[in-house]
Amino acid sequence: MQNIRSRLIAIGIMIALAIWSLIPRSTTVRVRDPVTGRMHDSTVRRVPINLGLDLQGGIHLALEVDQSKGPVADPKEAISRAERVVRTRVDEFGVTEPVVQLVGGNRLIVELPGEKDPARAKGIIQRTAFLEFRITDMQNLFREALPEIDRELRTEGVTASGAATPSAVSQLFGSDTSKQHAKGKKAQQAPDTSQNQPGALSALLYQGQLPGEFLVPEEQVPTAESLLARPEVQRLIPRGLDLKWGTQVESRGARSYRALYAVQARPIITGEELEKATARRDPMTNQSIVEFTLSRRGGRVFERETGQHVNDYMAIILDSRVQGQPPIIKSQIGQRGQIELGNRSLEEANDLALVLRAGALPAPLTIVEERTIGPSLGKDAISDGIKAGIAGVILVVVIMIAYYRFAGVLAVLALVLYALYTLAGLSGFGFTLTLPGLAGFVLSIGIAVDANVLIFERIREELAAGKSIRLAIDQGFARAMNAIVDSNVCAILTALFLFQFGTGPVKGFAVTLILGVLASMITAIFVTRTFFLIWLQRRPNMQTLSI
Amino acid sequence: MRRLFTDTRFDFIGVRYYAYLLTAAFFIPGLVLLLTRGLNYGIEFTGGTLVQIQSSAPVDVGALRSALDAHGLSGAEIQAFGSDRDYAIRARLGRGGAPEESDATVAAVQATLDATLGAGKYQIVRHEAVGPKVGGELRQKAFLAILLSFGAILIYLAFRFEWRFGLAAISATAHDVLGTIMFVSLLRLEVSLVIVGAVLSVLGLSLNETVIIFDRVRENERKRLKIDLPSLLNLSINETLPRTVLTHGTSLSTMATLAIFGGEVIRPFAIVMFFGVFTGIFSSMFIAPVALMYIRRRWPMKGAARAVTAPATRAAPAAVRD
Repeated sequence: MQNIRSRLIAIGIMIALAIWSLIPRSTTVRVRDPVTGRMHDSTVRRVPINLGLDLQGGIHLALEVDQSKGPVADPKEAISRAERVVRTRVDEFGVTEPVVQLVGGNRLIVELPGEKDPARAKGIIQRTAFLEFRITDMQNLFREALPEIDRELRTEGVTASGAATPSAVSQLFGSDTSKQHAKGKKAQQAPDTSQNQPGALSALLYQGQLPGEFLVPEEQVPTAESLLARPEVQRLIPRGLDLKWGTQVESRGARSYRALYAVQARPIITGEELEKATARRDPMTNQSIVEFTLSRRGGRVFERETGQHVNDYMAIILDSRVQGQPPIIKSQIGQRGQIELGNRSLEEANDLALVLRAGALPAPLTIVEERTIGPSLGKDAISDGIKAGIAGVILVVVIMIAYYRFAGVLAVLALVLYALYTLAGLSGFGFTLTLPGLAGFVLSIGIAVDANVLIFERIREELAAGKSIRLAIDQGFARAMNAIVDSNVCAILTALFLFQFGTGPVKGFAVTLILGVLASMITAIFVTRTFFLIWLQRRPNMQTLSI
Repeated sequence: MRRLFTDTRFDFIGVRYYAYLLTAAFFIPGLVLLLTRGLNYGIEFTGGTLVQIQSSAPVDVGALRSALDAHGLSGAEIQAFGSDRDYAIRARLGRGGAPEESDATVAAVQATLDATLGAGKYQIVRHEAVGPKVGGELRQKAFLAILLSFGAILIYLAFRFEWRFGLAAISATAHDVLGTIMFVSLLRLEVSLVIVGAVLSVLGLSLNETVIIFDRVRENERKRLKIDLPSLLNLSINETLPRTVLTHGTSLSTMATLAIFGGEVIRPFAIVMFFGVFTGIFSSMFIAPVALMYIRRRWPMKGAARAVTAPATRAAPAAVRD
């Protein structure tokens, strides 16, 4: 009795966990607006199972460093430079879960679920990396132009959305936000045309720590992007200035912010002039630093420019994205300089050095493998797979119940749990379901049935040998165990090799097979056994077993 | 209680010569076919370009063929993909002038389709391009995966059973893998990654079958029945027969549903698996036990040897005492 109860509790917990990992939940995805082509965030509710590219459509690219136009000095280093660059660019695609992965030390895998245009994808990924150093907007020209922009936007009928805290460019750090909030409210209550009235754009921007730096709440980045893209806003951005988004997301309290920088349109130097960049930790000060060396010509230019900009901030921009926080120029720098990262980790310094090298020596990439799958194909595949799965399951249910009667019903119940656990495993461990994965799922239903068949046949044999029902069940389970474990371990072994050898879709097959075999062991050995125990308890005087 | 195939007394070991004949009847032409015609590797393995299209009207394959030839893609294959509106066009590298640049192939295919079907009347639903290097690598990796899993299983079975069982199981499984590859060659199925997955699944399935029978052999041996090895093997196969029939009845029916409803990508997988179930059962019943028998004859069990020599050693001191 006690035994049955604890078994049922264990099964209940597993079911609860499985259902919990499968209930649809809201996820934020960045989607491209079909009309304007701009990115915005959207919330969708879906079952948290990752679908492979073959099921949801998308582009898979494998790239290597192009050595056809002459050997590349250090291909390993070159591919990691390329990886860094592609990582910066990949959010240009606006796909939900892009994958950028370095495999085997020489190949870069890029997966873009939902992306339809291979030409565009290849264009973005193979574009040569461009690095530049630019001085930030030290005179706060952009900040001063904000009221004008807000006014212009208001005439266009764009005002601050209700959700945003209505305030003029507000100091985020060290100021009393509640007071600001009150001020904002007052401004809303008494609308006037003074410059303090909340504007559509300035309501989104918080002044950062340095001139030209603004912080935008993460969830409002798309709104800010679309406002800044408007031609009338573009026109009002002060001449000689550009706006560039940062790469880092900073969290202050519960909210996270993305940095937007107003920088000079003219770079003081570009990656072409950079020759070397290495990261190290300074043993004297224990700071992480990045040392860089410029070409002779670059050194002369840099010396002149830095001389004019001592105490200004210099943004490091790779592919239009400001990398990290712009460092301050402490003194005139010549051919050799160093960027001090203070107490930041050596890892971050290494990353910055990689950015600099990527800009200095762009690694040309060649595509060695390319796969584009249209979304309609994936939908067809899913509906075919589900159809086949349902038909297969119905057949299995019919065979099991026709042959094993009530015991068959118990096995079918265990099969339902088996399917639940397998899917939950896919979702819980974040594996990807692919088309061959669906086949693996159906195949592992067969394996799950096999475990039950082994047990039931064993029980029948024990019954035929004249044993009592209780004893026959006990021994049936015990004796079938060896065969189940051995055959399942062999199945897992082959699946493991398949997993390590395979790419995308085949990996999916191996994963569902492994999960399916594990789930089938649990359900056949543990769940079906519990059902039998309950059955025996309910009918203690059973003379014949319906098996 | 409905029971099938219980208490059967089939003489599996006795009919092994017919089993050899059957194997030879399939393997000899199969090997000849494999060696002469080889395998129909997909572009994953050869490198090349695949374009799958969906047309709004039925496609005239003849017109498409001659238009492809005209665009210099004479080596390209056109394959129907489920209906007369879905076609896959495959251009392998190094065969019939498929250009190295996949974009050039796609452009040629598009030009062909624009000419034969009309622009806008079709859409490209899938496009794959694989470089020659990746293809070669993949082929190596596929063979390596099969070989390594053989090795791992041999070690596992040697550990769980005994190396003679492992060797016998591996030889039966090798029979199935080879047979399945011949079957793929016979049907001219395109060797894709999915097919490699199917071959490895056949490997797993056949092994599973053999392990179930060997498990019973091991168990019956422990009972120390007073019968010779062939009878013991026969007994074990017969005892597991009901399970074999039922399990594979269900697995064949799921494979059949996959083949019928699973769609074009899954169908070849299901067909290969369907064949694999049969060869798996065959080899587990006729090859693995027979192999075990011969292996045991060649390398007799130490345990058995000890059982024979033990009385002798016990007798020896007695002789000294005399």
